[in-house]
Amino acid sequence: MTLDLSVPSQLMTAFAPDIVLMAGAMILLLWSAWKKESEAHQRSVGVAGIVLCVTVIVMIAFYIARADSSTPGVIAVDNFRWTADIIFLIAAIGTIALSMDYNARHAITAAESHVLLLFATAGMMTLAAARDLMIVFLGIEIMSIAVYVLAGLDRRSGRSAEAALKYFLLGAFATGFLLYGIALVYGATGTTNLTLIGERVAQVGLTSNMMLVVGIALLIIGFGFKVALAPFHMWAPDVYEGAPTPITAYMAAGVKAAAFVGFFRIWIEAFQQIAPSWHGPMWWLAVVTMAVGNLVALSQKNIKRMLAYSSIAHAGYILVTLVVATPASTSAFMFYIFAYTLATFGAFGVIVALEREGGARLAIDDYAGLWSVSPWLASAMAVFMLALLGFPIFGGIGFLAKYLIVLAALDAPVPQTRLAVILVVTSVISAGYYLYVVMVMFMRPRNENALPVSAPTGWTRSVITAAAILILVLGILPNSIVRWTERSVSTPPVSSTPSAPLTNASLVR
Amino acid sequence: MQAFLSSIGYNSWVLPALLIIPVVGAALLLLMGQTTRQSPDDSSHSARMIAFGVLVLEFVVSLGLWWSFDPANAAWQASVDVSWIPQWGIRFTLGVDGIALMMILLTTFIMPLCVLGSWTSIKKKVGTYFALMLLLTSGMLGVFMARDLFLFYLMWEVMLVPMYFIIGIWGGERRLYASVKFFIYTMLPSLLMLVAILYLAIHAGNIAGTGPNFSYDNLLATSALTPTAALWLFGAFFAAFAVKVPMFPFHTWLPDAHVEAPTAGSVILAGIMLKMGTFGFLRFALPLFPGAAMNPTVRTIIVTLSVIGIIYGALVAMVQPDFKKLVAYSSVSHLGFVMLGIFALTLESLQGALMIMINHGISTGALFFLIGMIYERKHSRQIDSYGGIARVVPMFAALLTLVSLSSIGLPGLNGFVGEFLVLLGSFKVYPAFTIIATTGVIFAAAYLLWAIQRMLFNPLDKKENEHIPDLNWRELSLMAPLVAVIIWLGVYPAPVLRRMETASQTLVTHVQERALTERIAASTSPTGVQR
Repeated sequence: MTLDLSVPSQLMTAFAPDIVLMAGAMILLLWSAWKKESEAHQRSVGVAGIVLCVTVIVMIAFYIARADSSTPGVIAVDNFRWTADIIFLIAAIGTIALSMDYNARHAITAAESHVLLLFATAGMMTLAAARDLMIVFLGIEIMSIAVYVLAGLDRRSGRSAEAALKYFLLGAFATGFLLYGIALVYGATGTTNLTLIGERVAQVGLTSNMMLVVGIALLIIGFGFKVALAPFHMWAPDVYEGAPTPITAYMAAGVKAAAFVGFFRIWIEAFQQIAPSWHGPMWWLAVVTMAVGNLVALSQKNIKRMLAYSSIAHAGYILVTLVVATPASTSAFMFYIFAYTLATFGAFGVIVALEREGGARLAIDDYAGLWSVSPWLASAMAVFMLALLGFPIFGGIGFLAKYLIVLAALDAPVPQTRLAVILVVTSVISAGYYLYVVMVMFMRPRNENALPVSAPTGWTRSVITAAAILILVLGILPNSIVRWTERSVSTPPVSSTPSAPLTNASLVR
Repeated sequence: MQAFLSSIGYNSWVLPALLIIPVVGAALLLLMGQTTRQSPDDSSHSARMIAFGVLVLEFVVSLGLWWSFDPANAAWQASVDVSWIPQWGIRFTLGVDGIALMMILLTTFIMPLCVLGSWTSIKKKVGTYFALMLLLTSGMLGVFMARDLFLFYLMWEVMLVPMYFIIGIWGGERRLYASVKFFIYTMLPSLLMLVAILYLAIHAGNIAGTGPNFSYDNLLATSALTPTAALWLFGAFFAAFAVKVPMFPFHTWLPDAHVEAPTAGSVILAGIMLKMGTFGFLRFALPLFPGAAMNPTVRTIIVTLSVIGIIYGALVAMVQPDFKKLVAYSSVSHLGFVMLGIFALTLESLQGALMIMINHGISTGALFFLIGMIYERKHSRQIDSYGGIARVVPMFAALLTLVSLSSIGLPGLNGFVGEFLVLLGSFKVYPAFTIIATTGVIFAAAYLLWAIQRMLFNPLDKKENEHIPDLNWRELSLMAPLVAVIIWLGVYPAPVLRRMETASQTLVTHVQERALTERIAASTSPTGVQR
């Protein structure tokens, strides 16, 4: 059915999953403050958080089945939003699951950490729904503020505090750019609604309007910070290294995906018509990001830093889909962030399983000979590395994700052959560091004074196993995911007056 | 035999079965390694037995293709076509022609021998080693069977990982360097080939008004590439295959990988995986881009590189103090002949190239096995650390001599047939190049005969060499089938040639006719752009 967003009750229906998550998170916040901080309490709040996320996923599944659409308004009701929501919720579940074990080991007993994570996720869902620049801003801020706190969760660690402060300062800075960009775009078009911006940009032809061009540039910079595109990536390695490992995973997969989702919707719905004015800079951003991320990752000794740079490279790959901006690239985008989320959580799961108090065992060389003592863990890590590398079969779904991006780039109305070639060449560079991890684990002997490895238990183990199995199985039988992501292109709002159809400003392609 | 095979519906299940059997075996080995309560020695032994059993079964199953294959039929045989990812236009399509048939049989023939050859030399993590070998078997067979370019690409890359681990974990001293070099060298051009495959599939889909189309037969029927695009795409395929062959100057990964790999790894690399490259040229690069491949400039460059490879490989082999490295470089030389035969593109030269592909697999495989055997005894591959050991290990000496002679191309042994046909066929097209290439045969005789003379027949001047044990029963039974094939193919290669003839003839005709029509079309449209 078509939801009329001007009717409050129908607006509530359209926003219900977000509201349920946020309300649930608030109840959990009260509950977590109710009892004294303890290990057991932290775990039960965590489990409740996971249950909440699963509930919301089920709700969203209903919405997908009902195939609602909506009239023009501040939020969108389409599969683009629902698919993104499910990916965010999967990321949240993964993070909470890893956090419960990690917090226990690092004597972090604040149960609120899980609640903050739910708030951040609610912010992401708002961002995915937003069809208005103000809602975009709201979503980004809800998400970011929660994550600033999460980065500093480990109060006893100086690095964690440094990461939080750095993330906060640079994040606030980026928000400034974003807000200024929004203001200028508003000034140029007289609206913050994405659909209307798209229409006006198309009708009036504001391409040569300086205010709009500067506004778009500032928006690119703002989002560039959030998703860590080179040259706006400087904060990422330090923050990723300092933050508690599960939160790093959340930032690398969830936060990046969410910012990209917002980025994507704004660009597709509002600025598609003036693609020539931003195509060039975006093209170069993608190329520079892929090159810088991959090249710098080569020289990293710390596995979290290495994955931080690799996540920058992945931001570059994802940006390719935005440069191409076709329906095929939208589904490639969704497929990619899904696959990337799985691989990232798997890899960070292994790191959590091996990490010990005080940042021990975070050097890649600490993984030497892991295979000889813990063959399954090493094999799982190899799968995650190959998935991030985008290797077929052994890297499972990771290959299909990269394949889809290359396909979308080549199949665009203006084929981006050069971009596709640059993408695959930089992927080969990434083999240098992903394979290094594999090589160290399988082909080096165990260090003599290496700490003993205990097999991962409980939630960590479930995350690693689930990620590995999903990556491998979906790598061979991806049909369900393909169908799912293919439907996830953003659909333009249904016009309230059918006699005057909208310009195709908000149509993709 | 044919009646029996058709009564069990052999053709309808053989190819998927060949892909699945090793995977099941590998899964069994990996799980067994985790759950077993046996002592390490016992579990290693059962891992060997399982791997050997699985691969013998694989060989027996594949052997039926020899009879069920109809040599006169140019169409795909034993075809299987299943929908896989319909949204992307990807199908699981398998089939064999005469060329693929021989490559599949070569693979299934060599793999069980590789298990025998690793029987005692692999001591750590035996189960995993054989599991990887089984996965590798599936990957290699998949490359030969695939009729869907997406599937082909998957299989092409799948081979890399097991081989990477086999070299990197069980290899020699410089194994880390060799394995990474092998991986990255192969991966870069393969990914470029992926881009080319996608371009091709999208192009074919656009013409048909559908999504991307990866079916080999469809792509073959679609001929509307501009000459420039065809040249670029050919270049991408060329890069992927030329590295695998390896053609001079893309060969530098080969000596490292071959020397550092464990014996069975070297045998698989030389015996089968190098053939992937030449097979790729035959199956994909030539038929899909006949205009580009038959472009006089391109052709001259490739033939020149092939001849340089022949001479260079032979000359470098001659000065190697390490026998394994000598054989590795000899591969560069032999594969140069194959490339010459392919790009001369006459029926004889192509048949010859295919024969060399088979013969090189057998002879070089046998050489690597023999080197592995003597290395296990003395832990040295240096030629001058031996000398006159023919008196100590007569069986070994006899076999090494025989296999070397076959590799040199002595008439009556297998190597002769292929090289003779290549030179005969190429002479019609490239007389000058062929004459230069012929000297490669002489060099081959020089480096191998000189090496076995120093190793086997000089005076026995080192005391520690006086008590090397001769080959045991396992090693002799490993060599027996290889020797039998060496003699069989040398004396009576006709059954093999007959099975490959139709496919070769079709290929030659197809490429030449298409190249001609494309050239005419290009010359009639002055801009050189056609659609």
